[in-house]
Amino acid sequence: MASAKPAATAHRSDSGVMERRAERERTRRNWLLSAPALALLVIGASGPLIIVLVYSFMTPGDFSGVEWTPTFDAWVQIFFTRDIFDDTLGLADAHLSIFWRSVRLSLLTTAITIVFGLPTAWFIATRPGRARTFWLFLITIPFWTNLLVRTFAILEMIRNEGLLNTWLIKLGVIASPLQIMYTDTAVLIGMAYVYLPLMVLPLYAAIERFDFRLVEAGYDLYANRLQVLRRVILPIVKPGIVAGSILVFVPSLGAYVTPRVLGGGKNMMIGNFIELQFGQGRNWPLGASLSIFLLLIVMVALLYYVRASTRGSSHD
Amino acid sequence: MRLSTLTMTAAALLATTTLSFAAGELNIYNWGNYTNPDLIKKFEEKFDVKVTLTDYDSNTTALTKIEAGGHGFDIVVPTGNYVPIYVEKGLLLETRPDEMENFKNVAPRWVDVPWDMGRHYTVPWQWGTTGIAVNKKSYSGDINTSAIFLDPPAELVGKVNVVPEMSDVMNLAIFYVGGEACTEDKEVLRKVRDLLVAAKPKWQSMDYGTTDKLKNGEYQATVNWNGSTFKARQENPDVAYGYPKEGYPLWMDAVAVLKDAKNVENAKLFQNFLMEPENAAMISSFAGYANGISGSAEFMPEKMKGAPELETPEDLQAAGQFLPVCPKSARDIYTAIWTELQK
Repeated sequence: MASAKPAATAHRSDSGVMERRAERERTRRNWLLSAPALALLVIGASGPLIIVLVYSFMTPGDFSGVEWTPTFDAWVQIFFTRDIFDDTLGLADAHLSIFWRSVRLSLLTTAITIVFGLPTAWFIATRPGRARTFWLFLITIPFWTNLLVRTFAILEMIRNEGLLNTWLIKLGVIASPLQIMYTDTAVLIGMAYVYLPLMVLPLYAAIERFDFRLVEAGYDLYANRLQVLRRVILPIVKPGIVAGSILVFVPSLGAYVTPRVLGGGKNMMIGNFIELQFGQGRNWPLGASLSIFLLLIVMVALLYYVRASTRGSSHD
Repeated sequence: MRLSTLTMTAAALLATTTLSFAAGELNIYNWGNYTNPDLIKKFEEKFDVKVTLTDYDSNTTALTKIEAGGHGFDIVVPTGNYVPIYVEKGLLLETRPDEMENFKNVAPRWVDVPWDMGRHYTVPWQWGTTGIAVNKKSYSGDINTSAIFLDPPAELVGKVNVVPEMSDVMNLAIFYVGGEACTEDKEVLRKVRDLLVAAKPKWQSMDYGTTDKLKNGEYQATVNWNGSTFKARQENPDVAYGYPKEGYPLWMDAVAVLKDAKNVENAKLFQNFLMEPENAAMISSFAGYANGISGSAEFMPEKMKGAPELETPEDLQAAGQFLPVCPKSARDIYTAIWTELQK
């Protein structure tokens, strides 16, 4: 009895060792098998990002590139600036106003695309099968064309001698052309047009799954149209709205071509500001820290998305 | 007779040598919309070389890409003030254009230039001025002043474009308030900043593409380069060019061979080829700027002869000056002012 016990323990631990060895073997094999994918991920995704991160802690080189002297300057410079005249360190209001413009225009773009995207997606989702494919196809057509070309198409429409102004003048609505080009309005029109499909597609996906009997149920329970929209449709379509908003907000925030072409370059957005650092400004570290900063804003937006969508599903 | 013997010899050579040797290559890295395709074709046919042309849009882009290596270019055409940077960084090959056959055609003014004394590295491409272009229909006053964009007359308020070329614009403004190129004088720069910030609401845009927009009347006035203005005037006779009397930048682009060029002999042939008056004239007739080669004028199209954009009036010649590349300390201040301007 006394001797049997240790024997049993020994046996148990023996099989435990074997099991552990097999386990270790399996882990190693899994690592080995996934190594190519991991390498690709590390080199392809994290690698460049790490270079950007490292550069953001360096000193700007004389003409381009960086000198390998570590410093936090580039990060401090995002928010604070040494006044060029009295040399005091103060809040970089020029930078803040550029960030604010980017966020404001991106939020407005998102709002505009929701207002136009929701009815569009609803319309498509409520067509019969074949027609639905056709309408979706139309939505994807702009993707075939280069962003720059699409932006120039908008330019042709809204410029002073463009389609819109020519027609309005011919119709006698206005006497002299509306100055739309080179304003924030022009940037908004351009971004809303370019990113609208990114809103319509996730919205369509959400509405397509929508059970229309719920609307009937809502009416049966004496809800008016507005109440059905607010209390029945919107909560169910919400994940689509959030996904679409992220898809529109993120590229809007980093937009470069549209503000440059339609905004006339007078007022920068973050994208243009970053370009200035790598180009004429020749301050690569600041450009790098700004890029990471932009990435952080995007991550905050994504975290919000994850939280919003999980909260939505826990309600179900 | 001699020609036919030469052709025969060439044919014999072609027959005996490998194909890759006969069909040489040359990779040119130059500003966009700047190189006459006919000039390239002529060079290709004359020397049996296949030329590949790649564009860049700014000196910094070109320098950054070349410094990074692995670009495969043989020839680059930086602005004069960038040449010392290339030389200092050891990026250029000392091809000694001054010992080449056609060097005798380089106008004396362009032999001892500050960026390449005695021309050991570079051959002139084109030179020009940064000034003001105005549509005379909108404004008939004096246009030989930077006030057109720094303190626009009532007729031009809201109709002026400023090219987003930091060095040109900053120095035009510095000259306007009486400072010197690349100044770090705080008093001068404070005036410059206040001047630019106050002028900006009166600008229509800060954009490139000035040739087309002057042509179609989108811009009534803009900071512009002389050759671009010349091109615009060919299709819109109301466009006129002004040389700011307060001071304006001069520049010259220079053709250099890169140290890691793979087709050095062809690149040298190209440098020599460009110093032939007839070929230099082809550069100018395409882009609309003057070149530095004596005797090229007679090969240029009639419309370029005596063009006001190409011939600076005598009393305004002294106001033009070549810009050095400003030191980093000055550039940092300029970037800060530039950012504040576009915030």
